[in-house]
Amino acid sequence: MTEQQTESLDVRSIGTALPRVDGVEKVTGRAAYAVEHGAADGVTDPLHAWLVTSRIAKGRITGVDAGPALAHDGVVCVLDHTNAPRLEDTSNGELAILQDDRVHFHGQIVAIVLAETSEAAREGAALVEVGYAEEPFEAELREDNATYAPEQVNPAMETDTDEGDVDAALRDAAVVVEQTYRTAYEHNNPLEPHATTAWWRDEDGEPTLSMFDSTQGVHGVVSTLAPMLGVDEQQIRVRAPYVGGGFGSKGEAHAHVMAAALASQTTDGRPVRLAVTRQQMFTLTGYRTATISHFRLGADADGRLTAIEHRVQEQTSRVREFAEQTASPTRMLYAAPNRRTSHRLARLDVAVPSWMRAPGEMPGVFAHEVAMDELAEACGLDPIELRVRNEPDTDPETGKPFNDRRLVDCLRRGAERFGWADRPAAPRSTEDGEWWVGTGVAASTYPAMVQPGNEARVRFLGDGRYAVAIGSVDIGTGARTVLVQIAADALGTDTDAIDLEVADSLLPSATVAGGSSGTSSWGGAIVAAAQRFRADHGDDPSVGAETTASAADNPNAEKYAFHSFGAVFAEARVHRWTGEIRVPRLLGVYSVGRVINPATARSQLVGGLVMGLSAALFEEGVRDPRFGHPVTQDLATYHVAAHADVLDVQAEWLDESDERFTPMGSRGIGEIGIVGTAAAVANATHHATGVRVRSIPVTADRFLE
Amino acid sequence: MDADITLTVDGAERSVTVDTRTTLLDALRERLGATSPKKGCDHGQCGSCTVLLDGRRHLTCLALAVAYDGSEVVTADGLGTGGGGSDLHPVQQAFLDHDGFQCGYCTPGQVCSAVGVLDEAKQGHPSLVTDDLESEVELTDDEIRERMSGDLCRCGAYPGILAAVREAAGR
Repeated sequence: MTEQQTESLDVRSIGTALPRVDGVEKVTGRAAYAVEHGAADGVTDPLHAWLVTSRIAKGRITGVDAGPALAHDGVVCVLDHTNAPRLEDTSNGELAILQDDRVHFHGQIVAIVLAETSEAAREGAALVEVGYAEEPFEAELREDNATYAPEQVNPAMETDTDEGDVDAALRDAAVVVEQTYRTAYEHNNPLEPHATTAWWRDEDGEPTLSMFDSTQGVHGVVSTLAPMLGVDEQQIRVRAPYVGGGFGSKGEAHAHVMAAALASQTTDGRPVRLAVTRQQMFTLTGYRTATISHFRLGADADGRLTAIEHRVQEQTSRVREFAEQTASPTRMLYAAPNRRTSHRLARLDVAVPSWMRAPGEMPGVFAHEVAMDELAEACGLDPIELRVRNEPDTDPETGKPFNDRRLVDCLRRGAERFGWADRPAAPRSTEDGEWWVGTGVAASTYPAMVQPGNEARVRFLGDGRYAVAIGSVDIGTGARTVLVQIAADALGTDTDAIDLEVADSLLPSATVAGGSSGTSSWGGAIVAAAQRFRADHGDDPSVGAETTASAADNPNAEKYAFHSFGAVFAEARVHRWTGEIRVPRLLGVYSVGRVINPATARSQLVGGLVMGLSAALFEEGVRDPRFGHPVTQDLATYHVAAHADVLDVQAEWLDESDERFTPMGSRGIGEIGIVGTAAAVANATHHATGVRVRSIPVTADRFLE
Repeated sequence: MDADITLTVDGAERSVTVDTRTTLLDALRERLGATSPKKGCDHGQCGSCTVLLDGRRHLTCLALAVAYDGSEVVTADGLGTGGGGSDLHPVQQAFLDHDGFQCGYCTPGQVCSAVGVLDEAKQGHPSLVTDDLESEVELTDDEIRERMSGDLCRCGAYPGILAAVREAAGR
């Protein structure tokens, strides 16, 4: 692969609000999502698949009687562990479905029904009779679970850290806050349920799998499925032209993708459409584990931290490990000479947890920033002043200088805009009719990441036009639009001279739309390809001139600690008789490098704030430990913020550019909006009422005596 | 059991054979290839499947197709003045202007719902937050938020949606 050291861009389109290039398709509904493709895209006469899922949490399948289902008009076949195609590699326990008779969690796929219509498939699934031999299981996260220390936490971080002498520092501290904070099971719930259309055809004598998948990364699906199916990566093509949100849950292929791949091996080339139901999403497509954070903060009388300890307990699944890095932000957020973090997992008989927007940072910063609010109160300090006093000079975790740490600027700008100076210091100071009114603040942070393994292709089409290609996916972020802007600026031309191709695994390799790394990683590759193209072909290229390149490693990567920062301000009103909570104002001020498109960026940041508000007040996945299943498994029982819940939500950003990090000067914005938001809301409810709530969601009953 | 029905979809008369279990949503999406209305929950909890059914906004996932023989369905793809959707409805243009969406999946339902809201307000239909039941309905921000709350947007584009509906309402 050709590597190109990138130079910072002269920006023209970057920084302007180019309208979304796919906007008309979306507002008309013409944009085709994963199970909406027809004959024009090769999807002719599809069969409909419906998943049968286990009704026990652990045990063995004693028998599957497909007879009643097969007798139903329109049902074509029923696949279970006795007749499903075999996989070459079953090491990924989440994806190795229908390979044996074991049940690992309630809701696991135990059979697939294929039928001529979705009505018949659904009825057929209800008619499949599965016999089980149940075994004892453990499906409840409790403080007294048996736990273990994973080898590392997501994505590849240290499990534990320990510096200085935390216990001694806490013994000597003038002020100590020691509390436990909890976050609920949260479910990503993108509005488009996970879905896949799959078909196998022989091409050049080799079986070839084609898919339209609702995924955050087409190449990741290919590389995950290929070894399991025993085929070369060239034998799988995955496309994802439109994806109805993901928030991490479509970051990795989940079991239904394998279900579609296996089922379509049995249909003589007929495509299979498989849409996971909203109910099934609560077990099959990942979720954020509930977290228990034990915090100890020690400070001197002036509020300067002397010790920070964050011990985390959370769950993983017996079938596949996922370790949420909840304590990771605690390692870099504030200065303190003595610090200790740890993660312990309870390995339970439950569905597999996975990425949900800002894994680690979201629950971890909730805990840390409520603890800081408690420390401010204990020290008699304004919460902003407390944070200013604990600003580190260098990254506390690595000792490296920060690229551009502007948390204090965010706090001060937000304070000015929010009217923080008028805030009464004491909680329960403001009444408005039957409502207690208060305000709260929290810091936000998210690491800036560029993923290796991205390349882009630039081709001159003549007449001033360029084709730019990379297999990245726009899950709603605006990537399709901002990559056009980046390509235009990198080639020194107008945005309407760029034909951008994305979302196809046949295109140059792209990493997942996750970790707020997409635009930085794909954009960097496009800049590399464009700059290499100019070096190879000059400003007057011949028609058809083409260059494929990737960005060389950033020489700054080892020198600096790259993070984004933000400050979130919330106003909360709590009804004195009913405990009802309203958040009339929510403001986030962010330092995220240069904003490439202010319209799509605002939507990303506001969207993160809204999801954080939703987590703060509503989202709670309830499990029944007697059966091991989620009780709240639809949008009527698992509440996400609706329109009437969302009042004045605003985001702004500091005017800056981080050219140490990317040639665009940008850092990534997809996740930071959710971080800190729940803490700001919880802190505001405390300021309103004097009642400290240390878990989310913060619900009305907490404020009733 | 199958039944033959006729629907007018975005201006075109379409005959289709449906199972008596077929929802109006599945009839549109799976049998007529009209995929503008989306399936987000299939239980009437998210609003993604909203269309204008005989002129009123309606959740098609909670409607059995066989019960709507002869009905007129307008999806977000058919709202434009060109009939076939060649031009955008003012509500759609407002959604574009205010970036009232991200992933686009709930958007056709939001758009249809917003068109329905404007008409309901014009006809004087009150909502939960309407204090004065005698006067004409004014689509205040609270009214818009309340009336649009049947349409979930997980991308959290509500502020943009509010601005779009506000503009389309002439405020």
